[in-house]
Amino acid sequence: MKKITKKLFQGSLSQLTIPLIAIALLLIFNLIRDPGFFSIGISHNNDGNAVLAGNLISIINGASELAVLAMGMTLVTAACKGQDISVGAAAAIAGSVFVKVLKAGSSISGLTVLLAFLSACVVAMLFGTFNGILVSVFKIQPMIATLILYTCGRSIAYWINGGATPTVSSHIITAIGSFIPGIPIPTPVLIVLFVAILFRLLFHFTSLELFTQSVGINQSAARLNGINPTFIKLLSFIILGVCVAVAGTIGVSRLGLINHETLLLDVEMDTILAVAIGGNSLGGGKFKISGSIIGAYVIQMLTITLYAMKVSSTDVKAYKAIVIVILVVIGSPVVKARLSKLINSIFSKKKETVKGVQG
Amino acid sequence: MKNLFGKRREPLTDTQLLMTITIGIFAVMYILAMALLGGGFLHTQQIFDMLNDNASLIIVSCGLTIVMIGGGIDISVGAVTSLVVMSCVLYLNNGGNVFVSILLALGIGLGFGLVQGFLISVLDIQPFIVTLAGMFFARGMTTILSVNPQKVDHEAFNRLRDAKVEIPWLGYVAKNGNLVPARLEIGVIVAAVVVIVIFILLKYLKLGRNFYAMGGNQSSALMLGINVKKTRFLSYLISGVLSGISGYVFMMHTGAGNATNAAGMEMNAIASSIIGGTLLTGGVGNVIGTLFGTLTLTTIKKIVVSSGLNDPWWQSITTGGMLCFFILLQSVVLSKRSKKKKS
Repeated sequence: MKKITKKLFQGSLSQLTIPLIAIALLLIFNLIRDPGFFSIGISHNNDGNAVLAGNLISIINGASELAVLAMGMTLVTAACKGQDISVGAAAAIAGSVFVKVLKAGSSISGLTVLLAFLSACVVAMLFGTFNGILVSVFKIQPMIATLILYTCGRSIAYWINGGATPTVSSHIITAIGSFIPGIPIPTPVLIVLFVAILFRLLFHFTSLELFTQSVGINQSAARLNGINPTFIKLLSFIILGVCVAVAGTIGVSRLGLINHETLLLDVEMDTILAVAIGGNSLGGGKFKISGSIIGAYVIQMLTITLYAMKVSSTDVKAYKAIVIVILVVIGSPVVKARLSKLINSIFSKKKETVKGVQG
Repeated sequence: MKNLFGKRREPLTDTQLLMTITIGIFAVMYILAMALLGGGFLHTQQIFDMLNDNASLIIVSCGLTIVMIGGGIDISVGAVTSLVVMSCVLYLNNGGNVFVSILLALGIGLGFGLVQGFLISVLDIQPFIVTLAGMFFARGMTTILSVNPQKVDHEAFNRLRDAKVEIPWLGYVAKNGNLVPARLEIGVIVAAVVVIVIFILLKYLKLGRNFYAMGGNQSSALMLGINVKKTRFLSYLISGVLSGISGYVFMMHTGAGNATNAAGMEMNAIASSIIGGTLLTGGVGNVIGTLFGTLTLTTIKKIVVSSGLNDPWWQSITTGGMLCFFILLQSVVLSKRSKKKKS
């Protein structure tokens, strides 16, 4: 038993090493390139509020949607051994519903925003249920099942708003998308924090984490132990639906308009990448939400670093690909085994003392 | 392996059953379209147009089918196609010759296949991540080469592009009394050759059977003495080369390079393979089914357009609906069969 716990602990430690090394490398690279990259200042926005500004802030702010989606995606990945590729399309639908409900009322107040968000949530959860039923009841691989919504999701979003890209302007929407007056931290960051705490509480008060992992590791064994795999899978998709609605709402609020074509475009690929960089196996099983969140920030930091180096937004993808390949090569089991052998032979004494402390 | 043991117990393998369903549905759909909508569907040219427009998609889907039979996934195919188009167009416009441009196309495809295959099979990295990176890289390189659309301005290539196979007896008489012969592009012939070659590879060659064995159950394939690493490497290599060929065919069809070329082609290719009866879990699939999968997908789009649903959202919504139908059908059919087998 002791051995197993030790193994698990080491596993979770090494899971976070890659994303942390990636962040460290990026930070060092930026430090050498331009120390001014890290400067955080206080500037005044159009409303005259004092707000934090700087590259680091824009990294943490810009990754908000990605981080929220990555949290939900981690659950789906862990339970279903596959990924949902329809999150971008579903977020466009959620955003469209959000705007549609806002536009339906005569004026925008706190209550209508809440109502709009709740309806976006319900719609996104319904689509999540659709995906979830395909995956859990009909036993279709997640990527194939969600390919359906991926294909037609943005068209449905288009159809909801009748082909237009309506704008919404209200101080509440601006507050959600950028800053609440008096608080210098961008609101999307606070939302990510809130969602992360919700996940933490969910795992603390329920056995969802354990159940999800056991379904992902061995479905039949989980069923024999009284866990309902169908329900767990369905639940993971519904939770992802809520995350999608939150991400869609942030995305819409940031711009103040819904553009079904460009809202969170290609975010599904980035989300899956965040989950993978976070050290989670895309083949399901054990997972760490914190890894995925760090993964999301790694991706955004990479993007912002490239922007700071005057790489045009269309070319960023090529450089991103190279970094991703380097990261996954370092993290690949073959290279990892070779590296750990090498490190073991060098630090064999040190390792033993560390092990002693853990045991 | 499947043929040896499967023939006595069951009349059709899963692969054959799913393919038969697809072909059947395609035939019924096309006949219904001919009967109810008439018009263009009555001419042979309609089918030929579908082939002309989708030759490169068919080629790419064949490569993807092999990868999927082997239990993997390759989502870089559309981006590689786009990169090949752009590089060949720029090369030709800077005074290259046609033969070298074909080599260039094959070379790019081969390069992607080699690197991705190496990363996936030797370093054991998840195929989705590797090919996603490949997709990002190819799309990024395309825009680095040129953000603006480029038109080919090359005499020899233009002759190749405009060369068409004309079949007069399949043509129709136009309203002004002239006979319009049915036209097939060179790309379709390339696609046909690819489909036949891959079909033979999968059905009769040892390598092809190894793909099925590997996708069906990797560890038993290993125990049968199949070199799984090499087989997996080769599946990505073939897919890469086919993306290169597809890029050239795409260029012969459009005659121009654009950063948004072949956007979303990977998902169309995956959809074609699925509709054609390939399972993403591996071990089941057929390239003839994939061909009909592509045709079914195109027919749906054509039917939507000709039934007057011109709003831009209808095409993808019906495609999604159709996809849903096929996926559910396969799931139900396969689960019924497995229940039967057990009892």
